Amino acid sequence: MNDTKQYCSFFVDDLFFGVEVREVQEVIRYLEMTQVPLAAAEIGGLINLRGQIVTAVDLRRRLKLPDRKPGQFPMNVVVRTDDAAVSLLVDEIGDVLQVDKESFESPPETLNGVARELIAGVYKLKGRLLLVLDTQKAVNVIAAAA
Amino acid sequence: MPGLNEIDELMRDFLVESYENLDRLDRDFVALETNPSEFEKLASIFRTIHTIKGTCGCLGLGKLEAVAHVGENLLSRLREGQMLMDTEITTALLRLVDAVREILRHIETTGNEGNGDYSAVCRELVRLNDRPTAGSTKLTATDDSSSLTTTLDAKQDDTSASLEEMVLSATNAEIETNEANTLITPEFKEASVLVSQKSTDDHPIESTSAAPLSSAPVHTNTTRAVPQEPTDETAGDGHPAAEAVHAGGTGAAAQPKDKADESLLSNAIRVDVKLLDKLMNLVGELVLARNQVLQHSSAQKNEPSLLRTAQRLNLITTELQEGVMKTRMQPIGNLWNKFPRIVRDVATSCHKKVRIEMEGRETELDKTIIEAIKDPLTHVIRNSVDHGVESPAQRLAAGKPEEGRLFMRAYHEGGQVIIEISDDGKGIDSEVIKRKAAERGLISAEQAAKMSEREAVNLIFLPGFSTTEQITNVSGRGVGMDVVKTNVERIGGTVDVKTRIGEGTTLRIKIPLTLAIIPALIITSGGEQFAIPQVSLLELVRLDEGSSGIEKINGTPLYRLRGNLLPLVYLNQEMKLKLDGPNGRTAGKSANIVVLRGGERQFGLVVDQINDTEEIVVKPLGKQLKGVSVFAGATIMGDGRVALILDVMGLAQRANVVSQSSDEANRDAAAKASAVSTDRQMLLLCKLQGGQRMVIPLSLVARLEEFPRSGLESAGGQSVVQYRGQIMPLIDVAEVLADKRSRARMRLAAKDQPDIEMIQVVVYSHEGRNIGLQVEQVLDIVEERVQLQSTGVRLGVLGTTIIKDKVTELLDVKAVVQNAALLLAAA
Repeated sequence: MNDTKQYCSFFVDDLFFGVEVREVQEVIRYLEMTQVPLAAAEIGGLINLRGQIVTAVDLRRRLKLPDRKPGQFPMNVVVRTDDAAVSLLVDEIGDVLQVDKESFESPPETLNGVARELIAGVYKLKGRLLLVLDTQKAVNVIAAAA
Repeated sequence: MPGLNEIDELMRDFLVESYENLDRLDRDFVALETNPSEFEKLASIFRTIHTIKGTCGCLGLGKLEAVAHVGENLLSRLREGQMLMDTEITTALLRLVDAVREILRHIETTGNEGNGDYSAVCRELVRLNDRPTAGSTKLTATDDSSSLTTTLDAKQDDTSASLEEMVLSATNAEIETNEANTLITPEFKEASVLVSQKSTDDHPIESTSAAPLSSAPVHTNTTRAVPQEPTDETAGDGHPAAEAVHAGGTGAAAQPKDKADESLLSNAIRVDVKLLDKLMNLVGELVLARNQVLQHSSAQKNEPSLLRTAQRLNLITTELQEGVMKTRMQPIGNLWNKFPRIVRDVATSCHKKVRIEMEGRETELDKTIIEAIKDPLTHVIRNSVDHGVESPAQRLAAGKPEEGRLFMRAYHEGGQVIIEISDDGKGIDSEVIKRKAAERGLISAEQAAKMSEREAVNLIFLPGFSTTEQITNVSGRGVGMDVVKTNVERIGGTVDVKTRIGEGTTLRIKIPLTLAIIPALIITSGGEQFAIPQVSLLELVRLDEGSSGIEKINGTPLYRLRGNLLPLVYLNQEMKLKLDGPNGRTAGKSANIVVLRGGERQFGLVVDQINDTEEIVVKPLGKQLKGVSVFAGATIMGDGRVALILDVMGLAQRANVVSQSSDEANRDAAAKASAVSTDRQMLLLCKLQGGQRMVIPLSLVARLEEFPRSGLESAGGQSVVQYRGQIMPLIDVAEVLADKRSRARMRLAAKDQPDIEMIQVVVYSHEGRNIGLQVEQVLDIVEERVQLQSTGVRLGVLGTTIIKDKVTELLDVKAVVQNAALLLAAA
């Protein structure tokens, strides 16, 4: 049994998130996006990932956080999901962290709102908390009724 | 003991093969019912069931084996001529096929045989088997021999089962090599000799007439085992297999058959559809990259070598694209195979006699489209049999043959596939339709009174419409033709119905060849690019600044297009896009209207800019965007940006253009439009040099273009022009039509007129090649009923008609093109 896991970390607003490395297809800088009119607000747009069209989900919007300041461009964390790759728009990319399974804890009961739904757990790292993002839930954006 | 994986593999092969065989069984049974004496068919059915049973034993599928066994017993008696096929037996055997299919499906999904109860089927089969034999001159003898036959059967089974085992293992080992063929065949020949010897040895008591029969099938079984594989590979659905088997049968016929199959085997390999899908994707991406390269290279005018390379890349990509597209093509016959069974079942359940005929089953369609039209077609067929064809008594009373006829036809036309389903039934009575629609509250009484016959017939496509008083288990639930229509329209097709009371109904479905790469119009609105599939595009209208084309009724913008009111939809408003800065559409500014067809209704989409037409690769949208009905997908443009593809139907619905059925105005307009299309033709009116007026059917016109005279080049005495990366020959229509004398005169005249800077060209597309027909001026598009008079008929002219009060000739485009080629050769 392995007692460590690797997480790809990133920042959204002042939250420090991690997604398990095996779920991440790739991490790329800002790519130009095509807006999708009439789509849910959480949809950042469509990006051209080497000929593949990938839907980008804005994590700030998804977590009901304030929008990025104008001029601040999001980065893409492309994750594999059941049906296709989806890009998560984040503020900044952090390191790949090796974490001890021992330091894992379920999300605190007091956490509420969308965060409660999307955070699968917390790793207590030195000096800060690494929030484990439930990617399947995060990309599960129901399109607004057209 | 084989490893787990090997068993899986064996099982998979077994499943694939059995499904294919079962599909064929459906057809064979129905054919057999009409002609019970076809021994080859019976033998082939017997072999299929026998193969399944044998393999089951080998794979340890007891339940399936038991079911197959009772069927086999019955079949073996039929085969030996002790019984004759009748409806009851056919029904029972078809039920057996269903049961087998159900078990197989269970095995496929769960890995076990499931706990379905098939004892009823088995009992029925046993009962039929025990029925007194037909024309039994020696009842006692058969009673005696029946016990013998079973032991005999068992023995035969053993040998055959081991044979099947051999087939399976051998084919598993070397499915795709030629050696397999040469290896297997002699081995089987030996085996077959062995088996047939054995069976004849074991049959001393049987009557002499049965002896050759019993040995013959076993023999063909083994010879067939080899050809079975190649057909799997080519068709994937096994319909050619059926033909191969029907062709064979006797020992003499088997000889040349083997040869034909050999060539089949060496030329075909089995490929996973996933691999083809992947190839298709890659080609799609190559097309995109090609577009980008072309865009770049045309910008770099001073790099001729780059330009050349880009042109070559263009050609190769196009060919590759066509090639890969072909690999995904399947004959529609694969889909049609199951229809005889459906027709039979439906006909039997409503006590009718219906015969199905098919034409053009080799017509090929993209796999995805075949999938998409499967359900609609099935539904249409059920409907035709259930509602269209009358009962035998009614038919006889009407002076028609007792047996109804359902005719399916598929063919290519203008880059599309047409599927026609016609029956010779009672036709659709528009009065009945109107009454029913009014009863169901779909239309009002006044509407009904005003409706034309054609319009009324089209009511069958309304959601919730049904004529049946009683809901049968076949159809009549009021969910039906509207679903057919929506499904067909979803893949960019159209449905049209024609009917004659007392004579029958024809349903015409028009669908595109492929969905993956489509021509589309690229437009800009609110700073974003969108692609509109060309199939729903009717025309483009540009309103110049200051022209007062757009009118409003209660805030709803409308445009008068040749006298009809066209509702307008502003794309940027509908999409809630930002208006394009200060240049946003305001009254008085120029506007671009894209006239689209959404269902039966036309509407104009107002966009900021019309860019170009382009071949685009359709990519599906992620599930996060599935709910946005106005988009059909997305594509990557030449500059690498992603553009959304508009779903014209969805857009029309969103904008309420395709409104509720109560919208009378829409209905009238739609009726008018459809009425026009039946007896009138859209014609392009042109003026030729020397003032002749000429019309060309609009259906033959691919595009209208203008080229600067300076862009004309010459290749081998032929005027050509560079057009969309191709060299397009130009034909001066006036010159081709003129006689020799005036031709010379015209050349002189042309030289005297260098002041015309732009030449107008009607692009005609034939077999993938564009040919430009040069005219002096394109005047108008008219809708006219063409009544040809033979005056002035000559080469290149079909006849004369009067259009807009002036004598006009109808151009025979094909003849002109051919003649031009001849002229060129002569020069």
